[in-house]
Amino acid sequence: MDFASSERAGAQPREITSAKIVIAGGFGVGKTTMVGAVSEIEPLTTEALMTSAGQGIDDASNVPGKDTTTVAMDFGRITMAEDLILYLFGTPGQTRFWFMWDELIRGAVGAAVLVDTRRISDAFAPLDYFENRHLPYLVALNCFDGAPRYEPEEVREALAIAPHVPLIMCDARHRDSVKQVLVGVVEHAMATLVAEQGRGYPATVG
Amino acid sequence: MGQPYDPRGNLVRPYAVTRGRTEPRRDIPIEAVLVANQAGVQEARFAGHDKYRIAVLCEPRAQSLAEVAAYMRLPLGVTRVLVADMVADGLLLLHSAAPRQGFTERMDLLERVLSGLRKL
Repeated sequence: MDFASSERAGAQPREITSAKIVIAGGFGVGKTTMVGAVSEIEPLTTEALMTSAGQGIDDASNVPGKDTTTVAMDFGRITMAEDLILYLFGTPGQTRFWFMWDELIRGAVGAAVLVDTRRISDAFAPLDYFENRHLPYLVALNCFDGAPRYEPEEVREALAIAPHVPLIMCDARHRDSVKQVLVGVVEHAMATLVAEQGRGYPATVG
Repeated sequence: MGQPYDPRGNLVRPYAVTRGRTEPRRDIPIEAVLVANQAGVQEARFAGHDKYRIAVLCEPRAQSLAEVAAYMRLPLGVTRVLVADMVADGLLLLHSAAPRQGFTERMDLLERVLSGLRKL
């Protein structure tokens, strides 16, 4: 442990890769609870400003309550290794902030759409969104205590979820349950990637 | 109320800290992480209060753009402008977000994330 070598290590640090998974769903469905169940930090909130014209940020935003809206996103962090960090981002609940969803899903590993079985119709808008995006996603049914229990296939039919989209039951408050949802997202992303590779590319690379 | 009265209040334009610039010098993904070394922190002392605080924040531990914005209590767009400046000026090192191209690169990352999740 000499000083010179640690100096060199400081000058040429190892590349740290960060990945993200998006937790989507309607307002109040338990996205932040889900993030908090596995995050190593208390979920943080980051805010973006937008003008009423929806053109994103603007320096007229100094006028309080006029022409600007703050969009808040909650997120958490899992440091998996010295050189690998996974972030979990909850989408803003209100669907009119879809421009922010576009930024969130850019480069994401995949997404979980969280559905509250007591308010299934709140899931229509988020599901519509992902049906039209090129990002692997699954549907996670958040089963609170006392929430109406449906068979997964009933929910699939009610929400018209495509057969290739995985559907799993979960409890957003429980770490192990949330872990299974995230494992499901990554496995689905891998399966999607393999399928795309098989369809889209000749096997003669390199 | 609980918050002490801030005489600047809402009159501080969010982009005042960037001197009105709203376009970052480079796009930085929300999850990309930033690291400052000791030399960067020392240099950032002369780059203004906000940039110095960002450097201090990123010295002990890598922080994503989203974390910097949250801890600094600055809007994401403002933070992105400041951080992009700092990367360009060598005060912060920007690490890469997950690869978006290349089957092998993407698969390797997914496998590492999967194994990390299983170990939780």
